[in-house]
Amino acid sequence: MSFAWAKQYEPQSAFTKWLDEKLPFPRLVYNAVGAGYPVPRNLNYMWNFGVLAGFCLMLQIVTGVVLAMHYAANQAVAFGTVEHIMRNVNYGWMLRYAHANGASFFFIVIYLHIFRGFFYSSYKAPREMIWLLGVVIFLLMMATAFMGYVLPWGQMSFWGAQVITGLFTAIPLVGEPLQVWLLGGFAPDNAALNRFFSLHFLLPFVIAGVVILHIWALHIPGSSNPTGVEVKQESDTVPFHPYYTAKDGFGLGVFMILFTTMVFFLPNALGHPDNYIEANPLSTPALIVPEWYFYPFYAILRAFTGDLTIPFTGIVLIPAKLLGVIAMFGSILVWFILPWLDKSPVRSGHYRPLFRKFFWFGLIPTMAALFYLGGAHAEEPYIMLSQIFTAYYFMHFLVILPIISQIEVPKPLPFSITEAVLGKDKAVEAPRAGTVDGTDAGTATDGSLQPAE
Amino acid sequence: MSIRLGGIIAGLAITLVLVLWSLAPGVYNFAFGPAPEKQPSYAFYEHGEGPAGGFSFDGAFGKWDYAQLQRGYQVYKEVCSACHSLKFVAFRNLQDLGYTEAEVDAEAASWTVPGIDPATGETTTRPGEPTDYFPMPFPNAIAAAAANNNAIPPDLSLITKARHDGSNYVYSLLTGYGEADPAKAAKVGFETPDGLYFNKHFPNVNIAMAPPLAVDGQVTFADGTASTIPQMATDVAAFLTWTAEPSLVERKQTGWFVIGFLLFATVLAFLSYKQIWAGLKPKKG
Repeated sequence: MSFAWAKQYEPQSAFTKWLDEKLPFPRLVYNAVGAGYPVPRNLNYMWNFGVLAGFCLMLQIVTGVVLAMHYAANQAVAFGTVEHIMRNVNYGWMLRYAHANGASFFFIVIYLHIFRGFFYSSYKAPREMIWLLGVVIFLLMMATAFMGYVLPWGQMSFWGAQVITGLFTAIPLVGEPLQVWLLGGFAPDNAALNRFFSLHFLLPFVIAGVVILHIWALHIPGSSNPTGVEVKQESDTVPFHPYYTAKDGFGLGVFMILFTTMVFFLPNALGHPDNYIEANPLSTPALIVPEWYFYPFYAILRAFTGDLTIPFTGIVLIPAKLLGVIAMFGSILVWFILPWLDKSPVRSGHYRPLFRKFFWFGLIPTMAALFYLGGAHAEEPYIMLSQIFTAYYFMHFLVILPIISQIEVPKPLPFSITEAVLGKDKAVEAPRAGTVDGTDAGTATDGSLQPAE
Repeated sequence: MSIRLGGIIAGLAITLVLVLWSLAPGVYNFAFGPAPEKQPSYAFYEHGEGPAGGFSFDGAFGKWDYAQLQRGYQVYKEVCSACHSLKFVAFRNLQDLGYTEAEVDAEAASWTVPGIDPATGETTTRPGEPTDYFPMPFPNAIAAAAANNNAIPPDLSLITKARHDGSNYVYSLLTGYGEADPAKAAKVGFETPDGLYFNKHFPNVNIAMAPPLAVDGQVTFADGTASTIPQMATDVAAFLTWTAEPSLVERKQTGWFVIGFLLFATVLAFLSYKQIWAGLKPKKG
């Protein structure tokens, strides 16, 4: 499954020839991330973050597995075993800080990856499945990160678990029993801590599985690119290795410098001081907040302050809490239908003047504001602001995108990636010069090539 | 098309519910409702800046001042330990402060820890050993609360990480005792309840802890340093920074090695990236 001009794996030694017959694993790697995967030649640095996210996942699994060797998921000792890791385990402090900051950096990378997808419409056909799997990965990450934050059993761990599982009580009829069932008790306790640990260990491997599907789905149409014009010919692509392995290697270096700066010099800057106080069910913190990467969704949750009532009758149709829960989950679930909401045939935001304005002056400031408001005290004017920005958030995806994709006049697209990069493309003068084997099989109506299976 | 139509309807519905049932009443309340009540104590809180000149371990190149850590330990031992535990720190850890093994043995033995009589099996007490952890000043939380006007003295092992800007916070708190400005207090009807103490650097300014460092010279430092209140507060704040994060200096030093290596590797990665792409990129202009 690749373009017809993709290089083929040729085993050199007797051993690799033998292995290629029995289990062609090197061939798989070669075709997936090696010289056998042709990639558009014009990818910018925003295309680094997929590889970086994969690196973060591996980093979290490696540090996490070692931390689990020293941690005990028991309410009486969990907080103490974390301190044991910090004080007595060789380089335990480095492992734990790398794991805690690794979660933050994983989310930074994923948010940039997602916003790359928003701007360049990476979710559009033929890449809907990649996008859908990506949203599934993001949801799994949120669940994993939430449960991981509970494990140190500090004040924010405990009260965060209390608030988040409390969301389920908003569901009519089954809500309260559901929360008790999820926690294994009436409040976060040993049963909850134990199952959260079990699931926190399991889910990263589930994520890894979905990541494999995500990459598999990516290799069917191949990577998108900043022009949004599909690959038409061999001159539009370069082999992933060595071109993008080298570029991603540089990106990884920059990422590691920023990451280690946080780990070694500001390891607690992204955390909350209250989580260094052992969980105490009798003492509620002044401000209960989740980890910073959940702030936008927490802001959306808290934005709904009024019950939906029938005016002047006092009959409550939907309580405020349930509205908030629906909106919070809805704010991510809406991404699932994004490929069908935005019907503009043009992918890249560079060629969409109206879309681009709403992206830079609408969506990005809204996300920045929600990030700030989710961590703020629940008092005015923060509540009003979070309501205004929450409203824009839903308007942007559900109303503005469908309408602008209908009325917008896109700018002219380059003929090909080659033309976009070099300013001219020989294929324009002699059409089809770059197509393969002279056949029309797999050629889409817009002249782009569909990779052969 | 139907997905888009459904989306537009759903988007407008969410916005309508949010604006009419949540935002509108909020705006009305904000404009015409009563102003939110603020506790009068907020008028007296002042953010503490920490000791003049900062701490030796501040900054990316910060290092421990071992003499200061030893003085801080002495303040903890002679003052704080009467009420505050240090349960995540063992006597053996004191070697990090520059004490020799023999000094740690002697220091451990100067503390009394719970033990078991080897002959009868009954609970008793014995001198501490380096492997023991610092003992708890109270047998349980109820006893701690009963002895302290219903406030449980927090464990100090992690206190500088459990408070925002913790090292400076501890210093400020220890030096923040005093009297509320009487004119201002009379105006807003503020008074410190019986059994509590006014401290302008404590979040709600009335704290249950009596001023622990009351007079200059309260502790006689073994190294002869003049024990003013700010000096004792600085030293014990430094000591409690060490108890919260014994690896702080090692962490920063390791960080410089790691980042130095990564800078080197990243420059190499950049050069190889440029070389590999050299033939492909069009010339500018």
